[in-house]
Amino acid sequence: MNTTAIRALIRNDMRLYFADRRAVIVGVLVPILIAAFFGYVFGGTGRSEDQGKIPVAVVDEDQSSVSRAITADLAADPLLQVSALDRVAAREQVKSGKQNAAAVFPPRFGEQTTKSLFSGANKPQVELLVDPSQTTGARVIEGLLAQYSMQEISKEAFTGAYGREAIDSNLERLDKLEQTPLNADLRTLLNAARKLNDQVNSGAAPGAANGAGAGRSEQRNFGLSIPYTVASTPVTAHDNTPYNSYAHSFAGMAVQFILFAGIDAGVVLLLTRQRGIWQRLRSAPLSRTEFMLARALATTLIGLFQITVIYLAALLVFKVRIEGSWTGFIVVGISFCLLNAAFGLMLATLGRSAPTTRGLAMMATLLLVMIGGAWVPAFVFPRWLQSVSRYLPTRWAMDGLDGATWRGLPFNAAVLPSLVLIGSAVACLLVAIWRFRWEE
Amino acid sequence: MQPMLQVDRLSKRYGERVAVNAISFSIAQGETVGLLGPNGAGKTTAIAMISGISKPDGGEVTLSGVRLAPNANALKRRVGLVPQDLALYEELSAWANLQLFGGLYGLGAAELRRRAKAALELIGLADRSTDLVKTFSGGMKRRLNIAGALLHEPDLLLLDEPTVGVDPQSRNAIFDNLEELKRRGKTLLYTTHYMEEAERLCDRVLILDRGRILANDTVAHFKQQYGNLEAAFMQLTGRGLRDGAEA
Repeated sequence: MNTTAIRALIRNDMRLYFADRRAVIVGVLVPILIAAFFGYVFGGTGRSEDQGKIPVAVVDEDQSSVSRAITADLAADPLLQVSALDRVAAREQVKSGKQNAAAVFPPRFGEQTTKSLFSGANKPQVELLVDPSQTTGARVIEGLLAQYSMQEISKEAFTGAYGREAIDSNLERLDKLEQTPLNADLRTLLNAARKLNDQVNSGAAPGAANGAGAGRSEQRNFGLSIPYTVASTPVTAHDNTPYNSYAHSFAGMAVQFILFAGIDAGVVLLLTRQRGIWQRLRSAPLSRTEFMLARALATTLIGLFQITVIYLAALLVFKVRIEGSWTGFIVVGISFCLLNAAFGLMLATLGRSAPTTRGLAMMATLLLVMIGGAWVPAFVFPRWLQSVSRYLPTRWAMDGLDGATWRGLPFNAAVLPSLVLIGSAVACLLVAIWRFRWEE
Repeated sequence: MQPMLQVDRLSKRYGERVAVNAISFSIAQGETVGLLGPNGAGKTTAIAMISGISKPDGGEVTLSGVRLAPNANALKRRVGLVPQDLALYEELSAWANLQLFGGLYGLGAAELRRRAKAALELIGLADRSTDLVKTFSGGMKRRLNIAGALLHEPDLLLLDEPTVGVDPQSRNAIFDNLEELKRRGKTLLYTTHYMEEAERLCDRVLILDRGRILANDTVAHFKQQYGNLEAAFMQLTGRGLRDGAEA
């Protein structure tokens, strides 16, 4: 093995890489910038108060105490950014994408909902105008609307004027019906509700004597509400460590731009074949294995340089931490760079002209990184696409890097991704060896 | 005495086209031989086979009695090739280029430094060693192209049109370099279109056309028989245009 020649070729490839300063900047600075952007969009370091709120419009055509209370509850919710608009403006803003949805409370909403709570009849319809491209946001709005409506309508039913009317109306209806044991029980229940309503409105209810403010506060407790609270805890590497979305975005962009460098390495090799330098290389005492090994090692080193600089920026500026195994992180990084080198060699052996090869390889790489979850996490994909992504090495690279960083997984978790990456590298290398034309 | 280079019935086809058709010749140690021929005559293909780049379809090449075919890598260390296309990385310095070319032949760091310095001095570029090749003139690049083939101190130097596209001053400088190599006892095989180059530099000339050697004689003998080398060339190869690609 002519190790001096291999070293000379590797050194030369590194020199060529660093000689093109623009390419170096594109290879490390651009991924850092894009990762910073994606990381910020998807939540940043998780400590910021500036989380994205869902914009929703409320059109209150009822203006009852019920509809106003629901609107106030929605406005107080941390997930929503509520705008009070008229119907025309609300529809226009949903259409233009400024609001994810608009909830329209029709006239007599408060009165009808309170009555229908007991009778189940004549339910009014709340119209929800939805931006079809924002269905997830619309579902959140629908859920919160149901929660706050139930709370305010039931409160009105037991303590408000509409409630009193509804109770009286239902008692009158019961008087006209046959006196069955069930109707007798229902009458008892409604009488108890009327008594409560009277007490609250006369200030005799528990807590109501302490003044209007205190009474109003107490009144809220008569409405139905979800009988539990939810404490959402991000399950990250350690308790109290918030999720840092930069960890995922930097992994994604490192994977993408290292693959781009692999494409460049392949295209450069294709171009070299068309130049006098190829004859010089071929006339030297250099075997095909030595040449391919040198190229693969040089591309691997360039990839390692990229991932090192990209993650240095992530660690120092964006507070990304290797919460899991450092060894696992390094092994996954090296495995991916080896795969990238083999991928570049394979391209050089399969391609015919440099522009066509570059174009096709770019397209393939973008698909690989997109489906592999480098841009957005794979869970947003349809189920079948998530299954497909399991067969892509980029998905395994992402899982490996995510595991070592924000998920805080041990070395064991890096073994399978690394094996898949190395296996893919071997497959690419075999194709490259099979197709590589060394003899003229 | 065993010849430095022995070419025996060397042949190469590209599909139906015969690029080199069973050519045979030999070159003695220290001899400078010109390989002359019109475009598409088979000069570059012959050089590629002799240098081990291209596998012949028939025939064989021996270097000091050792066959090239099974010993290509060992014999490549004794041959230096100066390709017709510039074999240089323009984005790198002259020194960095030479470091690569010397490294390919297994030269250690100290030895490589010494030889690279000597090669740059020979071609008159010692003071430009750290400059990027892309800042060089055409003639300087051609000279550096030659230097790249000298680092491993080959016994046989194959030069494929080393003066193509350079001005007379640069051509003259290249001649000076080649004459110096000749004085040092190197064996040179030199392809060219320029008769005056062959007259000035070569001891012997081979005229190749359509893959066959038409004549193989000393420059003095050609002059004696035809008046000058150009007349011999035109008479042997004819006056018809050769627009085919160089093979």
